[in-house]
Amino acid sequence: MGFFLETLLGGLMTGMLYSLVALGFVLIFKASGVFNFAQGAMVLFAALAMARFAEWIPLKLGIDNKIIANVLAFIAAGVVMFIVAWLIENLVLRHLVNQEGATLLMATLGIAYFLDGLGQTIFGSDSYKIDIGMPKEPAIVLESLFQGGVMINKEDVIAAVIAAGLVALLTLFFQKTKTGRALRAVADDHQAAQSIGIPLSRIWVIVWCVAGVVALVAGMIWGSKLGVQFSLATVALRALPVVILGGLTSVPGAIIGGLIIGVGEKLSEVYLGPFVGGGIEIWFAYVLALVFLLFRPQGLFGEKIIDRV
Amino acid sequence: MFYRENGQFKTTYRADLQIFPILQDRIAIGLILAAAFVLVPMLSSEYMLKAILIPFLILALAAIGVNILVGYCGQISLGSGAFMSVGAYAAYNVYVRLPGVPLVLTLLLGGFFAALVGILFGIPSLRVRGLYLAVATLAAQFVCDWAFLRIGWFTNNSTSGSVSVSNLQMFGLTIETPLQKYLFCLTFLVVFALLAKNLVRSAVGREWMAIRDMDVAAAVIGIRPMYAKLSAFAVSSFVIGVAGALWGFVNLGSWEPAAFSVDRSFQLLFMVIIGGMGSIMGSFLGAAFIVVLPIVLNLALPLIGQLVGVEISTAGIEHTQVMIFGALIVWFLIVEPHGLAKLWSMAKQKLRTWPFPH
Repeated sequence: MGFFLETLLGGLMTGMLYSLVALGFVLIFKASGVFNFAQGAMVLFAALAMARFAEWIPLKLGIDNKIIANVLAFIAAGVVMFIVAWLIENLVLRHLVNQEGATLLMATLGIAYFLDGLGQTIFGSDSYKIDIGMPKEPAIVLESLFQGGVMINKEDVIAAVIAAGLVALLTLFFQKTKTGRALRAVADDHQAAQSIGIPLSRIWVIVWCVAGVVALVAGMIWGSKLGVQFSLATVALRALPVVILGGLTSVPGAIIGGLIIGVGEKLSEVYLGPFVGGGIEIWFAYVLALVFLLFRPQGLFGEKIIDRV
Repeated sequence: MFYRENGQFKTTYRADLQIFPILQDRIAIGLILAAAFVLVPMLSSEYMLKAILIPFLILALAAIGVNILVGYCGQISLGSGAFMSVGAYAAYNVYVRLPGVPLVLTLLLGGFFAALVGILFGIPSLRVRGLYLAVATLAAQFVCDWAFLRIGWFTNNSTSGSVSVSNLQMFGLTIETPLQKYLFCLTFLVVFALLAKNLVRSAVGREWMAIRDMDVAAAVIGIRPMYAKLSAFAVSSFVIGVAGALWGFVNLGSWEPAAFSVDRSFQLLFMVIIGGMGSIMGSFLGAAFIVVLPIVLNLALPLIGQLVGVEISTAGIEHTQVMIFGALIVWFLIVEPHGLAKLWSMAKQKLRTWPFPH
């Protein structure tokens, strides 16, 4: 039982990280109808920037304090992501307004390639560490209930808190601020929003910035857990089934979908994997999402798809 | 003026409906075929054949397959690499387990199994479309990658999932030298391109296009979406599977699942988009572009680096290549979203009206 709980918790933690990446997808899709394949590349780019700035800034400025250095690196990486978002909007998306979904998807694939190359050209292509001072040693809880207790990674808990905080912040931003309202209006209906004087292009820049920040947080957490290297970009591919499970347009869907996929992946790997040769977590999520799609094509929380001629 | 079609009168339906109704096109195609079968083998070097022409032919074949599904039937698929791998590994299994089967039949059987798998993964297309479907087809990619790596039966129990074939023969002729391989692939490509062209002109092809343009409306006028979509998946994956089998058997000789990774799927989709969706000729142009571009960049980048006085490392070249590739794709989508085939048809129109532009 203790082992089952451990697996479950591990799954929830991974799932939360998937949710973070999926959140980036959902935000952009909601506000601009672009299926952003570059989200993974953005996560890698952000994490690379953060890891390298955390090395460079203390060297340049002579700061010893790790926390200040990390905060400065985070801010610097955030600024870089803002610039990236602005450039993407101005150089790419602005010229592709009203194109078909497939074309936009391809454009983001192009952006993904470009960011992959650019990130590694600027920041180097080795494997880097992000050290934000998370405690590494695991804690054992519930020892009285189960034999051996349940092992929890403290860094996972911290990561969960950060992610939950980010989601809460985003919710507040979307619900309470004027910009948030404008964003929701654009998500609802581009033309109507434009006709009441909401500047579309600025909204898109903001959305891509928010997605960039989400990517930065996701990259930071993944990076501090597993190190920053090229394989981080493929995290996006792992997070895609989350989006279709939760629905492309739903923020809660991304979070709950992420948790379901994370748990399903871990449980299937542990309890099903040994029978079929292991390594099934790669495709299990996809097949889960696929089977689900057959019964509910719009995803868990997606908007109902109505066909009209 | 250069491309005059007035005066070419059609007096029968047959003449009116042929693939190349204009005399100049027929002549040009004849010349191109003659050049491909006679001139190219005489002129090109072994490197040229091996590094450029054979990959181009096989990937063009695969691009035709992807174009049938994505361009003609409108079902975006990111699982093309998987169908290629199914074709390759199925053909390998036929090759190992049924020794007497002729090579051509082996390759076609590879395509047949790819078609079966394609139908299986096409089932979601009945419920979802567009971007959801694109993600759903990624499932095929991951399941196939995993299956060929982990399930020993498919690879005849080789440990790393890598398999190899040798001594390819057809009708007593060996297919060993690059030249023989080139001619073999070229024959396949020409036959399949002709079949595909005819298929998309037929009733089935028109059903696909109706589904692509508006599937609900197509269903209302009596086209069965299930039949149309699944047939598109089947035909497309058959062609892709044959291309995959050729890629493994003829181009690589020995291969592992990584040869058909998700990058291959993206590459095939790029070919279709850059070449032109819904155009058989576009598949050729797109494949040529995608195959030649990395080679050109590989040669050009160090030279440019020397001109500017910067020594570019190997990794640097690789990164720059990826960047330029990405930027070019975006640029292409912005400047010409309908692909190279559209550029060609515009050029044709200009030639037709020259020197008076209206």
